[in-house]
Amino acid sequence: MPKCNMVSAINLALKEEMARDKDIIVMGEDVGKNGGVFRITEGLIEEFGPDRVIDTPLSESGIVGAGIGMAVYGLKPIVEIQFMGFIYPAIDQIFSHAGRIRNRTRGRFTCPIVIRTPYGAGIKAPDQHSESTEALFCHMPGLKVVVPSSPYNAKGLLISSIRDNDPVVFLESTRLYRLFKEEVPEGEYTIPLEKAQVAKEGKDVTVISWGSMLHKTFEAVEDIDAEVIDLMTLTPLDEETIYKSVKKTGRVVIVHEAPKTCGFGAEVSASISESTMLYLKAPIIRVTGYDVVMPLPKLEDYYMPTQGRIKKAVEEVMKY
Amino acid sequence: MPEKVVESFNVKHLSILDEKGVADESLMPSLSESDIKRMYELMVLSRVFDERALSLQREGRIGTYASILGQEASQIGSALSLQKSDRVFPSFREMGVYITMGYPMHMLYQYWSGDERGMKCPADLNIFPLCIPVGTQIPHAVGAGMAVKYRKEKVAVTAYFGDGGTSTGDFHEGLNIAGVFRLPVVFICQNNQRAISVPRETQSASKTLAQKAYSYGFHGIQVDGNDIFAVYKAVSDALIRARQGDGPTLIECFTYRISDHTTADDASRYRGKQEVEEWKPKDPIFRLRLFMSAKGIWTESYEKEIEEKSKEVVDKAVSVSESISPQLPKDMFLYTYEKLTQRQINEMGEL
Repeated sequence: MPKCNMVSAINLALKEEMARDKDIIVMGEDVGKNGGVFRITEGLIEEFGPDRVIDTPLSESGIVGAGIGMAVYGLKPIVEIQFMGFIYPAIDQIFSHAGRIRNRTRGRFTCPIVIRTPYGAGIKAPDQHSESTEALFCHMPGLKVVVPSSPYNAKGLLISSIRDNDPVVFLESTRLYRLFKEEVPEGEYTIPLEKAQVAKEGKDVTVISWGSMLHKTFEAVEDIDAEVIDLMTLTPLDEETIYKSVKKTGRVVIVHEAPKTCGFGAEVSASISESTMLYLKAPIIRVTGYDVVMPLPKLEDYYMPTQGRIKKAVEEVMKY
Repeated sequence: MPEKVVESFNVKHLSILDEKGVADESLMPSLSESDIKRMYELMVLSRVFDERALSLQREGRIGTYASILGQEASQIGSALSLQKSDRVFPSFREMGVYITMGYPMHMLYQYWSGDERGMKCPADLNIFPLCIPVGTQIPHAVGAGMAVKYRKEKVAVTAYFGDGGTSTGDFHEGLNIAGVFRLPVVFICQNNQRAISVPRETQSASKTLAQKAYSYGFHGIQVDGNDIFAVYKAVSDALIRARQGDGPTLIECFTYRISDHTTADDASRYRGKQEVEEWKPKDPIFRLRLFMSAKGIWTESYEKEIEEKSKEVVDKAVSVSESISPQLPKDMFLYTYEKLTQRQINEMGEL
């Protein structure tokens, strides 16, 4: 079994799926000859040709809008937005159309597009390159939002996203792209969407996270009997796995990179309060990025939740 | 080094049928007597549909409605050259296009009455639902064009939009991509002179909207949008080129919206009566009638017959739309995702 980082795992998923289904088209800025600015699509144009790996004009709304037009007529476009901070011009297409077509046409047309974009801080990138605004997409009905946390689940979740019949926003942490390698099988395997994973079992506290923050969480709870949940799909949310864990531990810490206000942690926290409040032994604490414009690299380490902040939050809920 | 001209272009205006109903035979598309009658009948039918929609709105039987009055030639003329396999991406003011393509009329009333089941396109048609945000349907047509090209299908795609749509980013992004990849898309701009209250001159400093095509590397033409022969010819030619792989075209139909923007609008706030009066003699139906009358294929009894037939069709559509069983509250959940989520199932339980 080859060892892959997240870049090569996603590349492998794309390669295998494109070989399986000729209706899959990869499209975006620099995805062809250049293989993508993070090299995610490297080698695809050589293998599948420029009809299936399309270097587009610099045109976020146009790329997603065209992807929607392809998807409704039976192709499976996987479009790349180069950085999450550049997705905003395409939000009109994603919100006004991708997530609504099935409903507006009562199922006559559907929109099975995958919109891949790197997100998050930690690679010393310029302004607008380190955004983590997944909550925007989680709020819009009709979309699925998927955030892998490792090479293994990136491949399995991407294959599931490609085969899904609904539009999927697939967020890839830039910090995780080359952070570590793990064994990633060649050939088909899928990880179901809409399912969270208990990444580590424990009984004292439930720590809920996704994407890059999961790794800081693991480091922070090394000495604690914590249960760590990797949400993997944010919407639709797997509430069952969360509540089961909360009923066991009675204590919850939620960790995410995005700003706190209206971050997805608020949704998770509110859902837990509504459904399992009587099992709680302590208030739910969120450890998040701050309510500030994402800083440039010199301050990004201060912005992101640290191991220390997560540890402190866990200690806090353990006091009750 | 002397300066030199590196690019130049001319924008043509095509007009075949004048306001007196006289056609330029040298430009006339090949149309039989029955083709011409069909054009006329569809324009009348669309107008009767439109008039009824306005009165249904006033009676509170449908919601806000966007009238097509005055734009029948642009809509019917363009849609008549479409084939069922072609793919159409309308804006919200294309009732004449839907009717011409054979979209069930009662479903249009159903939609405007607030029931989205009216936008479930029949399986044998390829017309997208009304697009309320302005211009955002243009990239969809472009993507459909990419799909057509990828599959090497002999079909064309059209996107409909108004003069306001040409000011949006998606107009630029869509036409730009279509030009780069030479896609089989015909962009049909119904320049009806205003986007709600804002006049055409405030949308763009370009002398014509058609000329914008040249900056994207393809052909553009302005046609008299109240002249059904000119619209039909320009769109037919463009669709043939598209299906043959000769790339996109932008067609500016120079027309006029006689009605208010929608039933929620009062156009007297921003335009004078005289302007509207000046456009009335250019009426597309009246103009074709003059032509047909001169050719001896229009008579008063024919006119009466067509009007009665149209009213019957419209009456039936209204009564069918009003007899459809009401939506159930749970229906709002059914098509958000392919499968209901657990949370939706819980929420449905609250109804």
